[in-house]
Amino acid sequence: MAKVLVVTSGKGGVGKTTTTAALGAALAQRGDKVVVVDFDVGLRNLDLVMGAERRVVFDLINVVQGVAKLPQALIRDKRLENLWLLPASQTRDKDALTEEGVGKVIADLRSRFDWVICDSPAGIERGASMAMRFADEAVIVTNPEVSSVRDSDRIIGMLDSKTVRAEKGERVEKHILITRYDASRAARGEMLTIDDILEILATPLLGIIPESQDVLKASNVGTPVTLSNADGAPARAYMDAAKRLCGENVTMHVPAERRGLMDRLLRRRAA
Amino acid sequence: MSMGLLRLLRGKKASAPVARERLQILLAHERGMRGQPDLLGVLREEILAVVSKHVTLDPTKVIVRLERGDEVSTLEVDIEVPNDFERKKAAVA
Repeated sequence: MAKVLVVTSGKGGVGKTTTTAALGAALAQRGDKVVVVDFDVGLRNLDLVMGAERRVVFDLINVVQGVAKLPQALIRDKRLENLWLLPASQTRDKDALTEEGVGKVIADLRSRFDWVICDSPAGIERGASMAMRFADEAVIVTNPEVSSVRDSDRIIGMLDSKTVRAEKGERVEKHILITRYDASRAARGEMLTIDDILEILATPLLGIIPESQDVLKASNVGTPVTLSNADGAPARAYMDAAKRLCGENVTMHVPAERRGLMDRLLRRRAA
Repeated sequence: MSMGLLRLLRGKKASAPVARERLQILLAHERGMRGQPDLLGVLREEILAVVSKHVTLDPTKVIVRLERGDEVSTLEVDIEVPNDFERKKAAVA
């Protein structure tokens, strides 16, 4: 049974694309057949984060409009043979994403893959609503910061009312993924805690991704973070999140960076 | 506890509890408003319609302020009424 998963947030810059790439790779590393789909028409970036920016020929809108067949537009990952990318268009207008067209593409992808992961653009406009429209499950990426939590709440409202599942009286299964979390700042009362966020959003937690240099390093080189530094704290946190998506029961813990004494001293002084 | 003590000595207040409280109040309000007509907008329109039945209003001289509180909210509508209003009223009486 294929699952359509939307990675969304409302707010920009919280880590949707990083999360799409990392979860897509993590699920593929577990052996599932995965496609990641970029819905950010005009501002595509999933290709860049996945390291496939020089191999884009056709895109989602070409497929929606029938200019290209789906297999022509799918790009196979060079590292994981069961991971594929369907890029967004960089030029065409986002109004080209018709509900009928997107629905057909999603249905076709469902028949070919175990996971269809839709990377939503920021905002609540057409691209974002099309990315969530056909979703069975949603990962809401949230930073421990007031504007991100407010926007997540708004997106949760949309998932509960504007999706095909919601309109049929069914539920989209929702998960919160907290990114850029700094446990020491939360302990000092400088950052919303995990419990604060979960209490406010009243939605179960999928995982906690710590603030880490690994994430920027991974996007710099165009490799999902689960592949670029598999032992690092973010990679381990994403692998755990992927296991939970597959229904495994994995103990939730706040992942910490392994830091030496000098590192700690320098960091304390800098703060 | 040591962090709390440190904060006490430095005289700093933790900001995260403030963030949590602000969010709880705001989201309780926004969730209630979802799919509802904009009450402030409706009140503003209707109040101005009533007033403009009697006075010629300059729309740029109308100031509407809203202060949302935990228990009570206040809507303040400040309308500048032209000076000849009192004289006209006297003439009618």
